Amino acid sequence: MASIKKHKSAEMGLHDEVLTGRTQQVFFNPEEGENFFYHDSYKVDFNKRTEIDANNIECIDINRKINELMAKGYGTIVIKNPGSKHSIGVGILNKLNLIIEGSLGYFGIGSVDGPVVRISGRVGWSCAENMMAGKVVVEKNAGSCFGAAIRGGDLICKGSVGARSGIDMKGGTIIVGGDAGAFTGFMMQRGRIVILGDVGPNLGDSLYDGTIFVGGSIKSLGADAVEAELTDLDIAWLKRKMKVAEIEKKIDYKKITKIVSGKKLWNYDNLEPTERKGAI
Amino acid sequence: MCGIAGIIHKGKSTNVGGEMQKMLQSLKHRGPDSTGYALYGNGESNNYILRFKVGENVKEGSSAVKEDESIYQERIEQVNKKISTSGATLHKEEQITPYSYRYVISYDGDLLDLAKQIESVEMTEILSLGKSLELIKDIGDASVVADQYDLGDFAGTHGIGHTRMATESGVDIRSAHPYWAYPFSDVSVVHNGQLTNYWNNRRALEKKGMRFMSTCDSELIAVYLADKIRNGIELEESMRGSLDDLDGVFTYLVATKDKLGMAKDHMAAKPMVLYESDDLVALASEEVAIRTVLPQEIDTYDPYEGEVKVWQA
Repeated sequence: MASIKKHKSAEMGLHDEVLTGRTQQVFFNPEEGENFFYHDSYKVDFNKRTEIDANNIECIDINRKINELMAKGYGTIVIKNPGSKHSIGVGILNKLNLIIEGSLGYFGIGSVDGPVVRISGRVGWSCAENMMAGKVVVEKNAGSCFGAAIRGGDLICKGSVGARSGIDMKGGTIIVGGDAGAFTGFMMQRGRIVILGDVGPNLGDSLYDGTIFVGGSIKSLGADAVEAELTDLDIAWLKRKMKVAEIEKKIDYKKITKIVSGKKLWNYDNLEPTERKGAI
Repeated sequence: MCGIAGIIHKGKSTNVGGEMQKMLQSLKHRGPDSTGYALYGNGESNNYILRFKVGENVKEGSSAVKEDESIYQERIEQVNKKISTSGATLHKEEQITPYSYRYVISYDGDLLDLAKQIESVEMTEILSLGKSLELIKDIGDASVVADQYDLGDFAGTHGIGHTRMATESGVDIRSAHPYWAYPFSDVSVVHNGQLTNYWNNRRALEKKGMRFMSTCDSELIAVYLADKIRNGIELEESMRGSLDDLDGVFTYLVATKDKLGMAKDHMAAKPMVLYESDDLVALASEEVAIRTVLPQEIDTYDPYEGEVKVWQA
């Protein structure tokens, strides 16, 4: 019988944090930081800084240029004149301090693993889609599908976001300083969403797992979403995350509403027993 | 996919044709099949401006049936007769393409009667009939259409436009947007999305005597709004009603002689980015279109689900 290999994630220092809710989100232990590394990544120096003027450059060339600069060891890159172009900053699988001076179009900072990104303007639809790790801070508003299918990292919008933020989210944290549209957390599977303002209809519709915190009003809950008790552990976590998010607004933590999955899973539960086997 | 865009200047006439051309050209990737403009100009001494076509553009890529161009002249002669017998007076006649015309007419009668007379001529379709609206649409991207119809210097207060990716119907002018809200002068609509109860609504509206020229689902919005306006319902209220009566995913823009409005369905499944200042409102499927006319850093946002907004020129 072949021996079972130790999984790569365990070698990298990952462990499971047991929480009071149902979430089984995996966190890095800060004491094991030295085990945290990226395969085939560039060694960059955050003090080595340069700029890219995105005016008159196609997004594919901007992204290629970012990669070339990281290969040369630049750890801080400033993008000037992004002009709301689409797909800027996609596919950065490296530690990097990326500063966007302006606004991004659709799919900005998608599929990244590790960078810290600051955007002084607004972002269009699907910002940071599929992010694995890192931190993205948007100073103004964001379009729909903010943080779609993220696996990890901290995604922060200081303004308001459109519909379906955190759709299909599988980990990580989304924090919104303003309001959010319909279907926030739609089909969310893990992770946490914090909306400090009001939320539109169908919050947490088809929510499998994960937790949503709302500071303002909720227009309506979606199927499968239920209100849960806000614990001291939740408040401590929220306070810690507000510091990470750099949100200085005064928050009455006790008034925050906590939403979790009711685990009704309508489509699945309505299947016949034999059909359920096929669905798994 | 499709792209839509609109701009309205508050209390000021400017080069709205050039602005819309830039905005729509930047949305070409959302719809390369055809482009349409509904531009609101300064008018022709209180006369009606009639934009119509007597045939289709049959260039490569078109799904229209090819015709001998000599037939266009016969149709134009018939249209001119219909205008004359309807009691309208033709002041100015411009041929823009072999199949497309711009007339300036004066008329005091019922617009519906006049429109029915003109459209009784085979293959003839009125694109717009109004005192400030000029609706232009054809196959090709925004620059191709703007050059063909000389729109680059068009002066006016506002406009809406559309770049179309044909999904529900053919690549031809009749399926291109914008749609005129027949038979109301100066009302036009562009739409991004799909309507899933098109045929139910169409049958109901046809029973009421409303006319459809294409099988494009977007035309339904124009006809729906026209029916509401015909029954004395205000534009904004009509738009709010459309959110419940029309099924599907959609964002649309509507313009009248002095207003521009937007509506977004309850699912917010189709994009719209909005910029508003004291001087103007610009909105488009993507911010990149707004940035072609406002290149500086600006604050924009996505209107929420079920939102209806109307602005005054």
